[in-house]
Amino acid sequence: MVSSMARLAPLVTTSEWMRALPFATRLILQGDAAARTAAAAVWGVSFSQIACRALSQGSRATLWLGPEEYLLLDMSDESASVATLEHAIGNIPHALVDISHRQIAIEISGPFAERILNGGCPLDLDLSAFPIGMCTRTVLAKAEIVLWRNRADAFHVEVWRSFTGYVAGLLREIAREYYPV
Amino acid sequence: MLIIDCPYCGRRPEIEFTHGGEAHLVRPPQPAELSDQDWAAFLYMRSNTKGIYAERWRHARGCGQFFNALRDTTTDHFLSTYKSGTPRPVVNTTPSEEGHS
Repeated sequence: MVSSMARLAPLVTTSEWMRALPFATRLILQGDAAARTAAAAVWGVSFSQIACRALSQGSRATLWLGPEEYLLLDMSDESASVATLEHAIGNIPHALVDISHRQIAIEISGPFAERILNGGCPLDLDLSAFPIGMCTRTVLAKAEIVLWRNRADAFHVEVWRSFTGYVAGLLREIAREYYPV
Repeated sequence: MLIIDCPYCGRRPEIEFTHGGEAHLVRPPQPAELSDQDWAAFLYMRSNTKGIYAERWRHARGCGQFFNALRDTTTDHFLSTYKSGTPRPVVNTTPSEEGHS
């Protein structure tokens, strides 16, 4: 199998403000509180009751995407077991989908991170309006992204694989204002 | 840009949303018992109000949820948003500062 990083290398040019994050396990869990409780027991991270908030523990995280929809990330492991989660949730009605290969993660960091993202994203990204730990599905120009602020000056951006070239290229163009070539 | 207040996520930009047609339409429990005319009226006829109109919206590029909104169709001003399944709120119908109707 061709390594996904090998395929992505030309698309996301590593620079002082942008880098592709390593391959990760990504799961979408849809279900009620009972399903989330069962999943949290084996995933090791609980699920935020508050809208648009992510919780993380070590390399694992759970991101609120909707009232009954969460994105589960494991940034260290390419093969965190879906079967283990499925077994734990058992017969509680739910949908658990492995989307590891659908999207990739880019980190945008540095003092201009907010302004670079705001070149294509209309949300208010000021620290007071979009604090550390906030996450949401939103748009970056024509592409749908999941945006997660994990540090004051760093954003984790989940992009669909086929949009990666567009998103990275657009951000590079926007960033020329702050990082002249 | 128009800001729409999603009942789940809060105030968000318009481009994250998609419009879902008129709200509070009730599907007849026994469609087979309806005349063709009544069924066509349910399927196609909308009130198309000039003024305050209850509509469904979906936060498609956000939380993914459908909700209802009261919008003044003459001014594009959103008076209220509320979760699906809850009754239409009563709002002050005098023209707002934003409205010029």
